[in-house]
Amino acid sequence: MYENKRLGFLFVLPFVLGVLLFKLFPFVMSFALSFTQYDLIDPPQFVGLENYRELALDDPLFRKSLGVTLLFAVLAVPLRVGFALFIAHVLNFRLRGINFFRAAFYLPSILGGSIAVAVLWRFIFAKHGLVNLLLTQAGLEPIAWLADEHYSMWTIVLLFTWQFGSAMVIFLAALQNVPVSLYEAAECDGASKLQQFWSITVPLITPVIFFNMIMQMVHAFQEFNGPYMITEGGPLSSTYVLALYIYDQSFRFFNLGYGAALSWVLFALVASLSAISFWSSKYWVFYAGEKEQRK
Amino acid sequence: MSAHAKQSPGGEGGHPWLRYMALVLVALVMLYPLIWLIGASFKSNGEIFTEVGFWPQRFDFSAYAKGWKTSTEYTFATYFLNSFLITIPRIIVTVISCVLVAYAFARFEFWGKKILFSIMVGTMMLPLIVLRLPQYLVFRELGWLDSYLPLVVPSAFATDTFFIFMLVQFLKGIPRDMEEAAQIDGCNALQLLWHIIVPLLKPAIVSVIVFQFIWTMNDFMGPLIYLASVEKYPVSLALKMSIGATEEVEWANVIAISVVALIPSVAVFFAAQKHFIEGATSSGVKG
Repeated sequence: MYENKRLGFLFVLPFVLGVLLFKLFPFVMSFALSFTQYDLIDPPQFVGLENYRELALDDPLFRKSLGVTLLFAVLAVPLRVGFALFIAHVLNFRLRGINFFRAAFYLPSILGGSIAVAVLWRFIFAKHGLVNLLLTQAGLEPIAWLADEHYSMWTIVLLFTWQFGSAMVIFLAALQNVPVSLYEAAECDGASKLQQFWSITVPLITPVIFFNMIMQMVHAFQEFNGPYMITEGGPLSSTYVLALYIYDQSFRFFNLGYGAALSWVLFALVASLSAISFWSSKYWVFYAGEKEQRK
Repeated sequence: MSAHAKQSPGGEGGHPWLRYMALVLVALVMLYPLIWLIGASFKSNGEIFTEVGFWPQRFDFSAYAKGWKTSTEYTFATYFLNSFLITIPRIIVTVISCVLVAYAFARFEFWGKKILFSIMVGTMMLPLIVLRLPQYLVFRELGWLDSYLPLVVPSAFATDTFFIFMLVQFLKGIPRDMEEAAQIDGCNALQLLWHIIVPLLKPAIVSVIVFQFIWTMNDFMGPLIYLASVEKYPVSLALKMSIGATEEVEWANVIAISVVALIPSVAVFFAAQKHFIEGATSSGVKG
């Protein structure tokens, strides 16, 4: 029965239709739109590369937004992945109550995308919010987190880092596959815990580090709720990420052609960074099977 | 010594309490904002901005009452109902379509299977924001704007590919003996799916339900783009509105409602926490 090709195709049909209708068609359509000028009222007008020329040469806000997005990704992705790896490493010591800690560390990544948490964030970083109350109690100067362009970025970076749970559980699963005998051998040779971490744990799970880096990068470039709700892109556009700019151009100003061009720039950015990571991965990621050959 | 090392790979030897301290400290720093949020929901407006501790001086429920009523003509009862009107149908169509498609990928041979599977994995990495605008135009052509259809119908076509991937991974780990036996007994493919596969897939289906519940409750950009009338707003949009409406934000009310808004997700998370984290681990894609 499982060889029945028609039956198999029948079952997979919803997916084929779904991809065509809701993924592939919109994908091609947005590419086509990016060469037009369209405001929902008059029919789209073909303008060639005009949108791309404008954003490359005449749009300082785009340049600002691109820089902000890159800065956000450069700060937030390594922080989230690094934190996830560190906590997974500590949790892997098979302590009692690991399930409790696992759930506790996972919870923020479940709730983090909600508007309620964004509200909470806006609130604890407010002028007299929790963070500043703590700073004053410690005898430090309060910081205008949401009003000072030098600090605003950190509020959304911290929100992103806070949700390290999903990357952590993936690391945890990978760490449990690292053979205990390796650590025992290292212990006999007198390697310190830190040395063990860097020369056993990290090299053996590079494929998982790589995987987490890529997935989190894709997420980071699309971050919307945080900047939209907490800082509203400000102050002085210091948190005006591309996702926000695309939203404004497309759904607030109804410059649909320009919005499409912007979203294709974002797509090209993510795709090329992924490609570079895949290309570079052969130099630093290694898979268990190839270990012997490499020696 | 080696016996000890077996118990704790890479362990720190004699000081487990040191690790506990570190873990407890990190957990406290991470969860304190949430704990504090709950405490703050009972505080007066003045106390919120002066008190670091989470325990309120006295329990005041009036913020809940005021927040629930909102400044609009609807209460949060309406917004919660709307959220469930989106979430529940979406979960149902997601489970049906994704189980069918995963079954096909994990068990059947058909033309183009390899390519389709690669496309599925590829779309997980596609930034959704590129698709938002054209999808909006399609739904506009269909006359679906300001309804829940754009939020529910795509899921009926197994577009949440993360779930397919998760179910396929799970199905691959299940031996086929029972299916072969049932086939000999004369079960057809649908009977097989319903009587054998679905019961075996139960833990993975629970993960799908929980993830889809929480993500749909959290979803903000979808409703923001597609819904125009306030009476149709889900909780996420209504919360946003309660901040945007006035210059002087009534923080105590907003905080109380934020707590209420988080309750369904937290409850579902803790009820299914074990399954759910394992489901996330075995396929481990979405953040």
